[in-house]
Amino acid sequence: MQMRTIEIVVGMFMLAGLLSLGVLAIKVSGFNIGTDTNTYSVYARFENAGGLVVRSKVSIAGVVVGNVAEITLDQDTFMALVRMEIASDVNQISTDSTAAILTEGLIGGKLVGLSIGAEDSYLKDGDEIADTQSAIVLEELIGQFLLKQF
Amino acid sequence: MFPRLRSLGQTVLEFFSILGRAGSIWWQAIWRRPQLRNAHLIIREIYKLGVLSVLITVLSGFSIGAVLALQGYNQLVKYGSESALGLGVALVLVMEIGPVVAALLYAGRAGSAVTAEIGLMKATEQLSSMEMIGVDPLQRIIAPRLWAGFISMPILALMFSVVGIWGASLIGVNWLGVHEGDFWSSMQDGVDFVSHVLKGIIKSLVFGIVVIWIAVFQGYDTQPTSEGIANSTTRTVVYSSVSVLVLDFFLTLVMFNF
Repeated sequence: MQMRTIEIVVGMFMLAGLLSLGVLAIKVSGFNIGTDTNTYSVYARFENAGGLVVRSKVSIAGVVVGNVAEITLDQDTFMALVRMEIASDVNQISTDSTAAILTEGLIGGKLVGLSIGAEDSYLKDGDEIADTQSAIVLEELIGQFLLKQF
Repeated sequence: MFPRLRSLGQTVLEFFSILGRAGSIWWQAIWRRPQLRNAHLIIREIYKLGVLSVLITVLSGFSIGAVLALQGYNQLVKYGSESALGLGVALVLVMEIGPVVAALLYAGRAGSAVTAEIGLMKATEQLSSMEMIGVDPLQRIIAPRLWAGFISMPILALMFSVVGIWGASLIGVNWLGVHEGDFWSSMQDGVDFVSHVLKGIIKSLVFGIVVIWIAVFQGYDTQPTSEGIANSTTRTVVYSSVSVLVLDFFLTLVMFNF
């Protein structure tokens, strides 16, 4: 085989190796380099966002409509400020809807479930959901149960 | 009794002298001023060792990824945790199966080829002829193969992992019905580049050094007969495979438990 062909093929081989490294770095280990453009952001504050992580699902009636984009601590109220990205074609979520942190399956991850309210005005980009329900923390539950005993 | 002790002593001393010869080959071929004008030899060796191993690596990677997805799904679905399939498969492939199986396949395909080639060169006295005309066989024959083996192994292991993950996603998402977002997001949340992918790459580098070193040494040290070449080739595959598996245990112990 000609030397030049061999060089080209070896070059392609090494490029494929670099690409594999890139795929593993970006797609598999979650280096986020693109943003979705057909979504809009909705905020919600929770007393306890325990177990919710970035990229958790956001669902309405069990149907996935978006993900959690960011979870930060609001230092004024010391509540968890969660920014969700909801698909643009789900744009009729009324402003008095509730956001609750639910668990998927018995030992699954957390997700945000939205229950639609009755208002006529709908959430837009940057709006905040006022009515929220925090995650159920097992220790608090046990604590309440024990308190009721005494 | 004394003849037995003597033969036992001889075996032990022979073992040490083998280690010494192997070490000196490594030392001489690598540290003795690697020359830039021999770079085209390295490229040719990368073609023979790396590029020609891509097919076997990719096919095996795809199959193993698919099998992992199938078996993993069967177990996880009992607990409703099939959304963690992506994470499980990716971690297993990137940290363990990718480097180890790619190294085993590499030892079988490239290692045996190198041993047979160098062994034949020794048996047909090409190596001694080269020394006589003033060409250093360590620099022209051995060193390019060592470098090429060292460079190709991690690339093959990475390709194995990537194709394995792709195969697992085809089976898991498109066939078994795992939610696509769950599959990829659980993987992206759980796989860390430095503590998982990088450690897998380090493993494959170590395996690459070991496999090609054993292959080259067995070829260089072979009995110059046809039976000797056959034995050396077999020994390469066996020793490389066992070394890879044992080293994997120790590397995992050191890298992931300390």
